Amino acid sequence: MEVATDTQAKNVIPDPNGAGNSIDALDHDPKEIQQFVTFAIGKEEYAVDIMQVREIQAWSEVTILPNQPKYMRGVLNLRGIIVPIFDLRCRFGQGETEATPIHVVVIVAVKDRIIGILVDRVSDILKVEYSEIRKVPDLDDQEDQDHIVGLVTAGDRMVALLDAACLFHAEIIEKTIDVADASKAPQ
Amino acid sequence: MDEYAQFKATYFAECSELLSDVESQLSELSTGADDPEVLHAIFRAVHSIKAGAGAFKYNKLAEFSHEFEALLDRMRDGRIAVTEDGVNLLFRASDILAAMVEAAESGDDLANDFGSQILDEITIIVKGEAKSTSSEANGTTPAAATNADTSTPQGPVVYHISFAPKAELFKHANEPLLIIRELKTLGEVEALPSLQNLPSLQAMDGEEAYLAWDFVIRTEASLEDVEEVFEFVTEDCDLLIELQGDMTPDEVIPEEGTPTEATVLEYAQHAIAKGSDTAAPQAAAGGAKATAKVSSIRVDLDRIDRLVNMVGELVITQSMLSQQTSELPSDNMPNMVRGLEELALHTRELQESVMAIRMQPVKSVFSRMPRLVRELSNKLSKKVNLNTIGENTEVDKTVIEEISDPITHMIRNSLDHGLEPPADRIEAGKPEVGTITLSAEHRGGRIVITIADDGRGINREAVLKRALERGLITENSQLTDDEIDNMIFAPGFSTAEQVTDISGRGVGMDVVRRNIQSLGGRVSIQSTPGKGSRFTMTLPLTLAVMDGMIVEAGTEKYVIPITNIVESLRPSREALKRLPNGQRLVRIRGQYVPLCALHHVFNIPGARKDPAKALVVLVESEEFGTTGIVVDRLLGQQQVVIKSLESNYRPVPGVSAATILGNGKVAPILDIEAIYRISQSKKKIEDDEEELVFGTLNDVPEELEHLTDMPPSSSSTMPQPTAGS
Amino acid sequence: MAKKVLAVDDSKTMRDMVSFTLKGAGYDVVEAEDGLVALERIGGNAVDLVITDINMPNMDGISLVKALRQNPAHSSTPILVLTTESDDNKKNEGRAAGATGWIVKPFEPEKLLKVVQKVCG
Repeated sequence: MEVATDTQAKNVIPDPNGAGNSIDALDHDPKEIQQFVTFAIGKEEYAVDIMQVREIQAWSEVTILPNQPKYMRGVLNLRGIIVPIFDLRCRFGQGETEATPIHVVVIVAVKDRIIGILVDRVSDILKVEYSEIRKVPDLDDQEDQDHIVGLVTAGDRMVALLDAACLFHAEIIEKTIDVADASKAPQ
Repeated sequence: MDEYAQFKATYFAECSELLSDVESQLSELSTGADDPEVLHAIFRAVHSIKAGAGAFKYNKLAEFSHEFEALLDRMRDGRIAVTEDGVNLLFRASDILAAMVEAAESGDDLANDFGSQILDEITIIVKGEAKSTSSEANGTTPAAATNADTSTPQGPVVYHISFAPKAELFKHANEPLLIIRELKTLGEVEALPSLQNLPSLQAMDGEEAYLAWDFVIRTEASLEDVEEVFEFVTEDCDLLIELQGDMTPDEVIPEEGTPTEATVLEYAQHAIAKGSDTAAPQAAAGGAKATAKVSSIRVDLDRIDRLVNMVGELVITQSMLSQQTSELPSDNMPNMVRGLEELALHTRELQESVMAIRMQPVKSVFSRMPRLVRELSNKLSKKVNLNTIGENTEVDKTVIEEISDPITHMIRNSLDHGLEPPADRIEAGKPEVGTITLSAEHRGGRIVITIADDGRGINREAVLKRALERGLITENSQLTDDEIDNMIFAPGFSTAEQVTDISGRGVGMDVVRRNIQSLGGRVSIQSTPGKGSRFTMTLPLTLAVMDGMIVEAGTEKYVIPITNIVESLRPSREALKRLPNGQRLVRIRGQYVPLCALHHVFNIPGARKDPAKALVVLVESEEFGTTGIVVDRLLGQQQVVIKSLESNYRPVPGVSAATILGNGKVAPILDIEAIYRISQSKKKIEDDEEELVFGTLNDVPEELEHLTDMPPSSSSTMPQPTAGS
Repeated sequence: MAKKVLAVDDSKTMRDMVSFTLKGAGYDVVEAEDGLVALERIGGNAVDLVITDINMPNMDGISLVKALRQNPAHSSTPILVLTTESDDNKKNEGRAAGATGWIVKPFEPEKLLKVVQKVCG
C-alpha cells in the first residue's frame, strides 16, 4: 500500500549545496548577528541555525523501524507527524548513545522535512557576527566534513556549525530513490 | 493583458469543472435526454472556456472553442438537429477541447493540426447551416470588411459631427454628457448645443430628448475611433459624422449602419420568434430547474485535508486518554469516565462526519464511461448497451482518483475480448446488442465495483496455451477453471501481441491488479463460457484510515491490514516443515503454506523463533496466495489512521506506511506482499538451533514447486541486515 | 464616494478579472454568479453600473437586463453586457432588452475601463 504523500518524497532533489542554512559569510553583512542553538556530544560542541530548530524535547522511547541504519534510532510521533530520530554520536562514528530521559532530541526542519537529532545535552544559544564564523580548514584525509559549515569560538570552546541537511543527507534523501527502486525490484 | 495572468489558476480550475460538466451533460445527451437545459449547459461551459482562452491569448483553444460554441449554439436553438452523429461529434470535440486546455495549462505545444479534423467537421456543419439561413456569415465579421476604407488619416483632421439623441438613448441609460466627455479625449472639441427642439417647460416630457449638439473636432483619430465614441448610441440618435472637405455625404454613418441594420432586423425577428420560449421562462426558471441550484459551497481540498488530519490526531489523543484512564480506579471519578466515553463517541462521530465531507459519489468516474463504450464500440463495430448501477455510491476522494484507470481498463477488456461482434451474437442466439453492466455498492465497509458483460466468456484453452508459452505454468499444472480465468492477471500474461489499440495503452491486467492491490484492494474475474464474464474489484472506502490487527514481535508492534488476514493459529510442532532450500512451511488442513517469520525479515531481536510457541497469522494476497506470518502475539484489532513515513524519512521495505497507536507510539503498517518477497529473497536461516524445529520435507509437493525455484538470493538490492539496535 | 458596480458572470475567472480591473481603478465591485443572484444582491439598492455576462444558468443576462429595466430603481442604471466578437445578435438582443452598451470578450483592462467610464463616468 502506498500513501498519497509518496510523491513528496520522490520529488526531493538531492542538492547538498542548496541546504537551507549554508553559511556564506560573503553574502552577509559581517556585522549581522546570527543565532545558533548549541548542543554537545560528550565534550564536543555543535550548533545549528536557530531558525531551523523547531523544538527540543527530552528523549523518549521511539519505534524502531525494520532494518534501520545504525545511527537511526527510530521514529517518534511529534503531534501526529512521524519524525525520524538520528543519533549524532553514532553518526560521527563514536558508538551508540545510551539514551536516557536526560538526553535531548533537537527537532530541526531540513528542507521540507522534520527530523530529530539525539544529543547528550543542549548548551545554550550562541549569538555571533558573521565575521566571527571561520571556515573549516580543508583536510584531505577527512572527506566526510561537508556537514560542518563553519567554526565559532565561544569563550574557550570551539563550536562546529552543522548543516543537518548534509549530515543526514544520504539517509533522508538519496536513499529514498534507491530504496524505492529496490523495494520494487525483487519478484 | 499581463495583469490578468494571475487569474490563470482560477481559469484552469474552472475549466476542469466545466469540462467535467460537459462530460456528464454529454452523457446525458447520449442517453437521449431531450431536456433543452442540457445543451444550454454545455454551451455555457464551452462559452466560458472560450472567453478565458481569449483573455489569456490561448489562441488555438479560443479558436476551437469558438467553433465548438457555434455548433452548440445552433444545436440548442434547433438550427442543427441533434443526431447521434452530432452527439458523437460533440464528444470528440470535447475531447479535443480538454486536450487543448491541458496543453494550455502545462504550456505544451500541440501539433499545428491538432484537432483540425474535428474543427473542419464542425466548420462544415456550421457553415452548411449558415448558408441556409444566410445571416450568420455577416454576423461573424461585421467590421472587418469595412475597416479597410476608414484607414487612419495622416495628421490631424477635422470632423463635423451632428448628434441628436432620441428618447431611446436615455431609456438605455446612456448619457450624452459622458459621450461628449469621451469625445474630448480625442482632441479639441467645439460644441454647439442646439436648442431648437426644446419645447416650453409645460410641454416638456421628462422621458423625451430635446437637446442636440453640433461638434467640430480636430483630432488625429480615425473615423473609426470617432464612431466608436458613439458605439452604443448609433441607433438611438441622429448622427452625422463628416470629415471636413469630404464631399461624399454617403460616407456618413455608413459602416456601422449598413451591414448591421440588415442583420439587426433578422435578429430582431429571430428574437421575437424565440421571445416566447426563451426570455419569459428563464426569468421564472429559478425554481423550476431545481438541479441547477444546489445549496453547496466549494471548499479548498487542502482545508479538508487539514481537517481530516486534525481529526486523526484527535482520535489518537482520545484513544490515548482512554487507555491511560482505563488503568485508573474508575470508582473515584465516575464523571470523568462518563466524560471520556462521550468524548470517544463524539470523536468517532466527528471523524465519520469529516470523512464524509471527502466522500464523493462514484458518478464522476462512472459518467466518463458511456463515451468510452461508445467510442470503442464504434471502433470495434460492436453493439453495446452500458448499464450503470449504484452511481451514487460514495467513496473517499482519495479512492475516487484511483478507480478510474482500473475501471477503464476492465471495460476496455470486456469490450475487446468479452463481447462478440453482432453477427456472432446472433449466431449464438443472443441479442445483437451486448450489455455491459457497471455497478458499485458498499459491502462490509468496502466498495465493490463490478463490470459484467454478456459476452463469450474467457477462452480457457487460449489462456492455458498462452500461460504455457509464457512459462507461467507447466504441462502438469492442474488448475481449476477459476484459476485459469484469473491467469489473465498474472504478471507477464498480457503481451504486446495481445494488446490491441483497444485494450489499453500497453498496460496489462497484471498492472491493473497491482495498482488495485497497492490501494489495499483486490480484483478477480469470474467467467462462464458463452455467458459472459464479471470483474469484481473491491477497495477500501478511504485511504486515510483502515482496520488493522496490532501484532507484536520482540518488543515492537506492527499493524497488519485486516483485509489481508484470513485467520491466526498456533501450529503444532509436527505441522512445521522445511524445504531443502530453507523455505519453511506449515501444514494446515492438509495444505502446505509457506511461512515468513517477521523477526527474520525485519531482524527483530528477542522475538520468539519457534512458530510452535509463537503465532501464525495467515494472510492472503493475489500475488502469492496464502502465507503465514510468524509473530509473537496478537494485541487486538483497531481502526488506525494511515500516516506517511516518507514525508520525513524514506520508504522502508516491507512497510507501507505507519500509524500512531493509543499509547502515542508509532507503529509500522506491514506491506505483506513486500514482506513475502523479502522473506523469499533471504530464506536461508543460519541459526542451526532453530533449524531443528522444522522437519525437512524432501518430497516437494507439486503445488510448492514455485517456492523451490526462486532465485537463490536477490538480496543485493535489499538493505543489508544490521546488527540490531 | 466610490462608484458601485455589480459584476455578473457565471465564470469566476471573468468575475475576478472585471473585479480586479475595476477595483484597481477605484470602483466598488459586488459580484454575482447569475441573474437571480444578481437580483438578490442588488435588491432595490442603487448601483452605478451593472456589467453582466449573457450566457448564465438560472437567469441569463438578457433576462436580467429586462428585469432590471422593469424596476424603477434601476431603469436608468447603465448596464453593459459582456459578449464575444461573433455575438452581434447578442449585442442587439441586449440592446433590445435595455442594455446601455456592451464589452466584447476578450477585453484588455484599458478597454474595459474605457467603456465603463463611457457609461458611468
